[in-house]
Amino acid sequence: MTKNLICINCPRGCNLEVDTETLTVKGNSCIKGKDYGISEVTHPKRMVTSTMPVLNSKKILVSVKTSSPINKEDIFNVIKEINKKKVSAPIKIGDILISNVCNSGINIVATSNAEEK
Amino acid sequence: MKTDLVIIGAGIIGVSLAFELSKYNIKVILVDKENDIAMQTTKANSGIVHGGYDPKPNTLMAKMNVEGNRIIKSLHKKLNFNYKETGALIIGSTDEEKEIINKLYKQGLENKVPGLSLLKNKKEVHQVEPNLNKEISYALYSQTTGIISPWELALALAYTAVSNGVKFINNCKVEKIEKNKDKFILSTTKGEIEAKYIFNAAGLYSDDIYNMVLDNPSDGFKITPIKGEYYLLDKFLGSLVNKVIFQTPSSLGKGVLVSPTVHGNLLVGPNASFDTSKDDVSTTIDGLKYVVSASKKSVDNINFFTSNIRNFSGNRATIKGVDDFILEESKIVPHFYNFAGIKSPGLTSGPAIGKYSISLLKKSGLSLTKKENFIYHKLPTFFSHLNDNEIESLIKKNKKYGNIICRCELVSEGEIVDSIHEVIPATTIDGVKRRTNAGMGRCQGSFCGPRVFEILKNELHLDIDSIYQDKGNSNVVVSYTKGNK
Amino acid sequence: MNKEKHDLIIIGGGPAGIAAAISANKAGIKDILIIERDNILGGILNQCIHNGFGLHRFKEELTGPEYAGRYVELLKETKVKVLSNTMVTSLNAKKEITAINSKGVNHLLGKAIILAMGCRERSRGAISIPGDRVAGVITAGAAQRYCNIDGYLVGKKVVILGSGDIGLITARRLTLEGAKVLAVVEICPYSNGLNRNIVQCLNDFDIPLYLSHTVSNIKANKNHTRVEEVIISKVDENKNIIPNTEISFKCDTLLLSVGLIPENELSIKAGIILDPRTKGALVSNNLETSVEGIFACGNVLQVHDLVDNVSLEGERAGISAANYIKEGNKKSKGIKLEVGENLLYLCPQIIKPSSVVDSTPIFFRVKKPLDNCKINIIINNEIVSSINKIKLIPSEMQSVNIRKDMLKGAKNIKIEVIKK
Repeated sequence: MTKNLICINCPRGCNLEVDTETLTVKGNSCIKGKDYGISEVTHPKRMVTSTMPVLNSKKILVSVKTSSPINKEDIFNVIKEINKKKVSAPIKIGDILISNVCNSGINIVATSNAEEK
Repeated sequence: MKTDLVIIGAGIIGVSLAFELSKYNIKVILVDKENDIAMQTTKANSGIVHGGYDPKPNTLMAKMNVEGNRIIKSLHKKLNFNYKETGALIIGSTDEEKEIINKLYKQGLENKVPGLSLLKNKKEVHQVEPNLNKEISYALYSQTTGIISPWELALALAYTAVSNGVKFINNCKVEKIEKNKDKFILSTTKGEIEAKYIFNAAGLYSDDIYNMVLDNPSDGFKITPIKGEYYLLDKFLGSLVNKVIFQTPSSLGKGVLVSPTVHGNLLVGPNASFDTSKDDVSTTIDGLKYVVSASKKSVDNINFFTSNIRNFSGNRATIKGVDDFILEESKIVPHFYNFAGIKSPGLTSGPAIGKYSISLLKKSGLSLTKKENFIYHKLPTFFSHLNDNEIESLIKKNKKYGNIICRCELVSEGEIVDSIHEVIPATTIDGVKRRTNAGMGRCQGSFCGPRVFEILKNELHLDIDSIYQDKGNSNVVVSYTKGNK
Repeated sequence: MNKEKHDLIIIGGGPAGIAAAISANKAGIKDILIIERDNILGGILNQCIHNGFGLHRFKEELTGPEYAGRYVELLKETKVKVLSNTMVTSLNAKKEITAINSKGVNHLLGKAIILAMGCRERSRGAISIPGDRVAGVITAGAAQRYCNIDGYLVGKKVVILGSGDIGLITARRLTLEGAKVLAVVEICPYSNGLNRNIVQCLNDFDIPLYLSHTVSNIKANKNHTRVEEVIISKVDENKNIIPNTEISFKCDTLLLSVGLIPENELSIKAGIILDPRTKGALVSNNLETSVEGIFACGNVLQVHDLVDNVSLEGERAGISAANYIKEGNKKSKGIKLEVGENLLYLCPQIIKPSSVVDSTPIFFRVKKPLDNCKINIIINNEIVSSINKIKLIPSEMQSVNIRKDMLKGAKNIKIEVIKK
């Protein structure tokens, strides 16, 4: 099977054709395109960012992210976990708010501070 | 609820009637089907205080216009709404147009309009208004024409009426009116109201209201809406012209005007479209295109593309074949008074119609005595019109005046909170806008909107489902992102 | 009147203002005040919770609040003063400032001023979208604020007009919060966002992108309270709507991401000359405006696409302001740059050769996407530098460096982009 992708490495946006079995990439203009094409059909990963309600703070929400990219198919599962959670101030950037989210080995960390009320 | 008199409709006419009646010892209820006053034609028009040369002599319209112009001028200091006597030019260049302008001039003199004169060549015209299209060679200059914020006038009149005892009920749609011997019983969405007199000031819906008391609808009248679409342009064009610039009127109306607004913007419009319904205040590609092209006749170098901040439209309530206002007690239903067919110059005429209504009541034998302690409820002055010392002393009183919420129009949290606790409170984002100017500026509330939302939520303890942009149920947000908080 | 005096006053505590303060401080200016209207520093970054910031500046991908946080930490190491919750209401050419906060009306005076007020979004009126005027038409920035700061969703079924990065990122953000984004609509025949965002914000969630389309009508529900239908139409090369090409979407929200405009009300009050192309101040290569001692940087000068460039520009403004405070104004002749073929604008617009140390960057955008082209620097009608480019697109700001040696005897300077 071939998959058609747009390369995201530069504004040129090459249209890639990736053979999912042989992992050969056509349409790329550089090596970055080839690497991207292969990783995107074998194990696509994404950063997820969202917010969590924060208690005991003037702030209503604290922003959060995955500490590193997660598997693309887990995006909505991770969001589900994030949406279940409420956290309490004080919170500092980098604080782990959920560890090992969806058994991915990846944490959900705060990306903003929330001071106590 | 029992009262002496019910006014149906809280547009400029309804609130003018309430204002005038509140000077007398009579129990008055003012109802409107919307959640605020001035929600239809009153909030979407040209905002002009007309001179009075347009209406045919010896009509009620002519009388109300000339008197209304005078009353608004005298009220503006007492009530502190934004108003400016800019003057107006009615411009033309062809022989045909000159003839119409001459006719208007004569008509104006007959209507006893003060301060009219003719500018008879290009030089005279362009001396007065340098940015006009170079072709313009003739104009009627009307010194007493002015500009006004229509909803500010309405708010000031309504606040004063309420402060002097009139009861205002919003979200109160009249659904049925029963006539008994000496009283009416109104069934409304807010319950029954019993009244001896009804003032019908329902604007676009005044025909429907009148039909509620008529056995035979053909005895009534029919309101036909005519829609006008506008451009509101950025303040950097606010002084492109310093007077209201009218084109020579035609059978279609007063034509597209170019005018400064009291808030410092430039207003261009309206067109006149029959392709509308009473509730339809949409703008259209064709309508807006027409306004742009027609305006070139007056000022040919307006860059609409870089300066537009808002389009809007409003419907004028006209009655086919009637070229005057209907201001009278029904000949069929005693004690039921119609104030209907109030097209332009309705805004100008409002306060005069208020006074006229008193004479109508007196004529029918009602004895009215004046209250002794009538008070004028002044509107607060916008921050942008205050000097530093005045702002400083407000902040010393309440530090919320030091928190600027609307950066385009310089509106503070204190002013917004005040508007939410007025005698007729702002309960919506646009209600706050009409009272404070927050969101009127070039970003159109994209910065202050979320902040005003929070202030409304906190001050009125509202659930997010009941915070509206404008009309009832015009929800701003649909849910919490993280479930119910 | 008593005026609080400072060496340097910076109006705006977003990424540009903070970077300017830090660099001016590093350059030896001790008395610096940042005036910020919000309660925290960081500006719009605080509501941009997605990642992708700082790849150039910090060599890692940060979210907006994290990027702001890094700079706030750096600022804490200095003695720069911050006046937050304070709105500057006027500025004049004498560098006098009036600012309002809960303590009252403040009068300040700076030896130098840096403008860093950012930009605002174009609204529905700015592009005259016809149709019903009801709730449910909202700018992407306001939607983002409701969503990421206040915790509300602005709609359940959404159409987005504008495919710049803000539009694309908002599409993903609302999708993750449970809204259904039915379409992203773009009037240009190409997207104005990064490919990465097309892939990760639209394709990942099967959100269709309609190029060469625009909103031709907005229809309200029966009660005229909220959007019920958005109609889009195809446009021709001149962006005019082609009749009978309508596509209808039943939705409750139209989100607008249709461009940003520098917020220059204060600049105008101070009599600063603006460039009609950038809508920001006309500046020379040291980022000084037409009013001596007033500098501009960040989105109030020109709308950037990368915050990293905003910070860099802030740093340059900080250094220039520091030099001005230390050495006063050095009057020197400037050369006005000529905007060549295919360019939307150049910023700075003036080069003062005597003030260029090694080289000075000139920023620009192209008018339309161009393949296989070259950027030419033309001085005294001669091409002195030519840089090949595989692809240039309007949404990606470009820059060239003009070296001091190129400027010897320069009388006119032009930059252009031409097809190879």
